[in-house]
Amino acid sequence: MSWLDRLTGGFRKTADRIGENISGLTSKTALDTTTLDDIEEALIASDLGPEASKRIRDAIAARRFEQLDERGLRTILAEEIEKILTPVAKPLDIHGFPRPHVILVIGVNGSGKTTTIGKIGHHLMEQDYGVLLAAGDTFRAAAIEQLKIWGERIHAPVIAGKEGGDPASIVFDGVKQATETGIDVLIVDTAGRLQNKQHLMDELSKVRRVLGKLNEAAPHDVILVLDATTGQNALNQIEVFQETAGVTGLVMTKLDGTARGGVLVAAAEKFGLPIHAIGVGEGVDDLRPFDPRAVARAIAGLPPQ
Amino acid sequence: MFDSLSDRLSGVFDKLRGRGALSETEVRAAMREVRVALLEADVALPVAREFVEEVTERAVGEEVVRSVTPGQMVVKIVNDALVELLGSTNAELDLNTSPPAVVMMVGLQGSGKTTTTAKLAKRLKEKDRKKVMMASLDVARPAAQEQLAVLGRQAGVDTLPIVAGQSPTDIAKRALESARLQGYDVLMLDTAGRLHVDQQLMDEMNAIAAASKPAETLLVVDSLTGQDAVNVAKGFGAEVELSGVILTRMDGDARGGAALSMRKVTGKPIKFAGTGEGLDAIEPFHPDRVAGRILGMGDVVSLVEKAAETVKMEDAERLAKKMEKGKFDLDDLALQIKQMQAMGGVGALAKMMPGMKGMKAAGDVDEKALTRLEAMMSSMTPGERAKPKIINAKRKIRIAKGSGTTVQDVNKLLKMHQQMESAMKKLKKMGGFGKLAAMFGGGKGLPGGDGMPDLGGALPGGLPGLGGPGAPGGLPPGFDKFSKK
Repeated sequence: MSWLDRLTGGFRKTADRIGENISGLTSKTALDTTTLDDIEEALIASDLGPEASKRIRDAIAARRFEQLDERGLRTILAEEIEKILTPVAKPLDIHGFPRPHVILVIGVNGSGKTTTIGKIGHHLMEQDYGVLLAAGDTFRAAAIEQLKIWGERIHAPVIAGKEGGDPASIVFDGVKQATETGIDVLIVDTAGRLQNKQHLMDELSKVRRVLGKLNEAAPHDVILVLDATTGQNALNQIEVFQETAGVTGLVMTKLDGTARGGVLVAAAEKFGLPIHAIGVGEGVDDLRPFDPRAVARAIAGLPPQ
Repeated sequence: MFDSLSDRLSGVFDKLRGRGALSETEVRAAMREVRVALLEADVALPVAREFVEEVTERAVGEEVVRSVTPGQMVVKIVNDALVELLGSTNAELDLNTSPPAVVMMVGLQGSGKTTTTAKLAKRLKEKDRKKVMMASLDVARPAAQEQLAVLGRQAGVDTLPIVAGQSPTDIAKRALESARLQGYDVLMLDTAGRLHVDQQLMDEMNAIAAASKPAETLLVVDSLTGQDAVNVAKGFGAEVELSGVILTRMDGDARGGAALSMRKVTGKPIKFAGTGEGLDAIEPFHPDRVAGRILGMGDVVSLVEKAAETVKMEDAERLAKKMEKGKFDLDDLALQIKQMQAMGGVGALAKMMPGMKGMKAAGDVDEKALTRLEAMMSSMTPGERAKPKIINAKRKIRIAKGSGTTVQDVNKLLKMHQQMESAMKKLKKMGGFGKLAAMFGGGKGLPGGDGMPDLGGALPGGLPGLGGPGAPGGLPPGFDKFSKK
């Protein structure tokens, strides 16, 4: 199964729903209320949230059509979604100079930070960048072990301390070692934290500060990892993490299930943060660049182009 | 959790309340707002739709039209429907089978299975006095088995020794065998995270279930889950016979849509809720109390239970005796503050207090204020604490230096104590604690509530520790509590 099939598989249910409701339409100059309601509900069911869904509905309602069939309607839906997503699709760019380019990876518990780090590391090493991983999650049991295994898998060195140790000191050592060896990229793992736990958020801003001690420009990227199954709370997560840690970009994981990740559309509208990539599986190669057209078409239920 | 949904709903209800007559159009408009509020809270679309339809039908019926206070009636209907949606009673684990009773945990990746397994095992061991063994069948995620082993050591629960290279089914068989031989009561199986669309892994899960015949199969669901919760629940439910749901990360700020949808979609009760990172942070799920919290009615029962768990009885009695005499020195205040902190701090308490829901200040209370107060009081001599009157300017400077605060802070503390003391004296005149409870139930007239901007709503939370058991009696009946104070 190709990743696009899997992605489309994820969106298929929504698409089917829209399909059920709009197939049979042949020609209408404007859409009737029932059809618009159905479209809006289908969008809500994809986690776009009531606000963004309403806006897309209005955008479609305002248009006049010569002739409309199911495929035509899907295409229009995809166009509207693509319009919102295109400005935020930006791949990760390794530009930090002097080296290392520091990437801090943050998110709530269980969103898939460590796995994403493994995949990003692999992706960068394939482009001939040298990568060092720093095990900043000293809280969760066996989190360090997990990152070390990923390090072995992708043949990247891992700098780690003791479980229960101070994450700030490990990331400091990470920057130091990366600077001394002149390695291209340092990727820093952190413990998962819920954004409403103030003390944990304070710890995160400390980690961020410490990263900048040896290299003022660091961290060059602060990536927030979002779980595709998360609903509207993802918007809260972005807001609070952005305030505390200065998020510069997003990666959405677990898009290989039925989750539609529609909240990305809402997030793109509201925050305009770059979306770097999406995760579509547990293997090292299951990280994909964020392709707005593919995602928009998948949400609308159109086959990959 | 639930805060924002509760805010949205009380906003809708405020418009209805107190109206003499309601037209059908008005009710329908309000219900549309309820629907958006539910959807924003990530309640699954089919569940939200059905809920609103049902409630609207009941609300535009004769019941409401004839009622003297139609607004209140609508609120009541929504409340009842919400309790129904969540299920009415708490469901316990059913482990009545020939030991070892197998508890299998299933769910998506990252939903919190491993942590929850350890929390539940610890609870079964400590609260229910069971002999528990845990085994991780997760061979997919790196270091997952090590994680459970580490958690087992932290929780004081035995884990099955790890043998590398075994398949999940083989581990399950080995775990069952060794639990049987060593006389364990409960065997907890932590399985790998899997997507409900991954047929291969679903088959594996079925094979594990066939090999271990679990007494409980619990679906672990993240409270932050959005609309996909329905698909997940259906997907897992179609493959294995689920016996219940555990919601994790209830301490997050999600609006609880998953909690509202789960029961409806799976038809199974939510048995537990994970409420924090510590291994003790798991609680039985009480649907009625949660419904109350969503509607801003507070959760007095949980508050009293929590007080009973954390407050030492002797301490409370001693303090009560002293207070009845109208005496209240700084030692007593220090004790109270300690109790409040043991109960999870001001914010946690405020959320459970009826009538405090709408108080914006309650959420913004500086938790550090309590720590500062404690520091100041421990910088005093025993003499000063027993007789605060002897604290003169010189002593104030010493106390401020010793506690890293300022003289103004010390003054505030003393003023607060004075207010509380005079409140105690008034109370004595008024006739004791019964009345006090009534005062707190009303959420108004909090002694010393003004004049202490640093503390906000800190004081009212302190008192349930003492007068707590009396508080529910003082609750105004019914739905007056929806109004924002």
